[in-house]
Amino acid sequence: MSDWVEACAAGDIDEEDVMRFDHGGRTFAIYRSPEDEYFATDGLCTHEKVHLADGLVMDDIIECPKHNGRFNYKTGDARGAPVCVNLKTYPVKVDAGKVLIQVG
Amino acid sequence: MIIGAGECGGRAALALRDLGFEGPVTLVGDEPHLPYERPPLSKEAMTGEAPAIKTITTDALLAERSIRHIHSVRAAAIDRAAHAVRLSDGSSLSYDKLLLATGSVPRKLPMPGLGGRCVYLRTFNDALAIRAHLSAGNRVAILGGGFIGLELAASARKLGATVTVIEAQPRILMRGVPAEIAEIIHKAHEAEGVKVLTGQGITAIADDGPQVGITLGDGQEVVADLAVIGIGAVPVTALAAAAGLAIDNGIAVDATLRTADPDVFAAGDCCSFPLAVYGGRRVRLEAWRNAQEQGALAARNMLGANEAHAAVPWFWSDQYGLTLQIAGLSDEGRAIVRRDLDDGAFILFHLAEDGRLVAASGIGPGNAVARDIRLAEMLIARRAMPAPEALGSQAVKLKSLLAA
Repeated sequence: MSDWVEACAAGDIDEEDVMRFDHGGRTFAIYRSPEDEYFATDGLCTHEKVHLADGLVMDDIIECPKHNGRFNYKTGDARGAPVCVNLKTYPVKVDAGKVLIQVG
Repeated sequence: MIIGAGECGGRAALALRDLGFEGPVTLVGDEPHLPYERPPLSKEAMTGEAPAIKTITTDALLAERSIRHIHSVRAAAIDRAAHAVRLSDGSSLSYDKLLLATGSVPRKLPMPGLGGRCVYLRTFNDALAIRAHLSAGNRVAILGGGFIGLELAASARKLGATVTVIEAQPRILMRGVPAEIAEIIHKAHEAEGVKVLTGQGITAIADDGPQVGITLGDGQEVVADLAVIGIGAVPVTALAAAAGLAIDNGIAVDATLRTADPDVFAAGDCCSFPLAVYGGRRVRLEAWRNAQEQGALAARNMLGANEAHAAVPWFWSDQYGLTLQIAGLSDEGRAIVRRDLDDGAFILFHLAEDGRLVAASGIGPGNAVARDIRLAEMLIARRAMPAPEALGSQAVKLKSLLAA
């Protein structure tokens, strides 16, 4: 399972921000933390299938744009109502200025 | 013990367990359902193939967490001296702390002539009944151009019904929505084929046959197969009033959601409370997020946290592909600064006389305004006074203003 996929250039995402990435009929959210690390999760909120990439990143939290469901994007943990199902996370690496995710 | 098994009561019950409370928790509701989300009732639940209820918990989870849910039963009376509540089935339950999360009910149209084809939307069962009448070719009249009415109008159009919205005020969404945004929503409805009649009072309703006839102020008659009345909601306070608790546009509570009785709390649509962010102005909010937040806050305070409500009001509405989001109360503002975003979306920032940001109203396709409205909400909570030029320029990131 070494299916690494190039998602974007490292500079495409601002620090403490998020970007949508679609691949193979699936949608993902790629994050850049305030500490300049990259993370990836499923792209849709587990509450009502809303694209998380339209949401706000604060520290290590992504907040759903629709109903403010919060997740830790580093671990995928749901952080309280209305979300109770965790987000799936994916391994990420940066190689030669490109962000790669292992979509598995 | 919690009276009212909606969003607020349901969240409060779950929160009590999240907080580690190990005593008995009883949730009493007059509907036959588990606690469920009401926002979809005018939207997805209405347009889906088979209307589905979106519960916020399951019987199994309630059992696992030892939450007793008594459904289809009303609370008939509170005996505060005895710390007991009598239920409509004749039984009686005692409590140490009581939370009233009785919600609100649709405001009744005070007119003669209303029969079975004039209905209201509040519960899932109401939604099912309305859904049965929304089909291609059917005519639906919506009385009231507020959120419920307009969301329902959009859903009815999606199902192919012919829709007329009748609003007595000079424009739709008079309460709480700036005219500039209401106009966009008005035009979206017209573009989708809804007939929107504003400034039209209703002089008579004839609802005694297979259809309903509505006579308007200017004499024209609207004939429909179903009339849905959406003219606001009123808090459910009779139980509290009968128990001698103060009512002030809702069950009056302090910033910790406590009534004058230290063992009785109220939260959600049914209560009025001082809103700290506007200097303690007493408000009552009919909003999903408020119900959720106050349910959780009441749970903390029933366990002794003594924490004051500090949130900024926030709500949203979806109609067709448009989403509206408002943070804060725009009537606190004296000046407006507009910020244009991509795809025709924009946000209006409402500033008080002293320059403080007091509200932000945004509209656009999908979730185009969500992030900036959320940031505005944080600025409002901090009582920030951002420079109007910065708010108005898309080049200036709102997040950078938070750091200032």
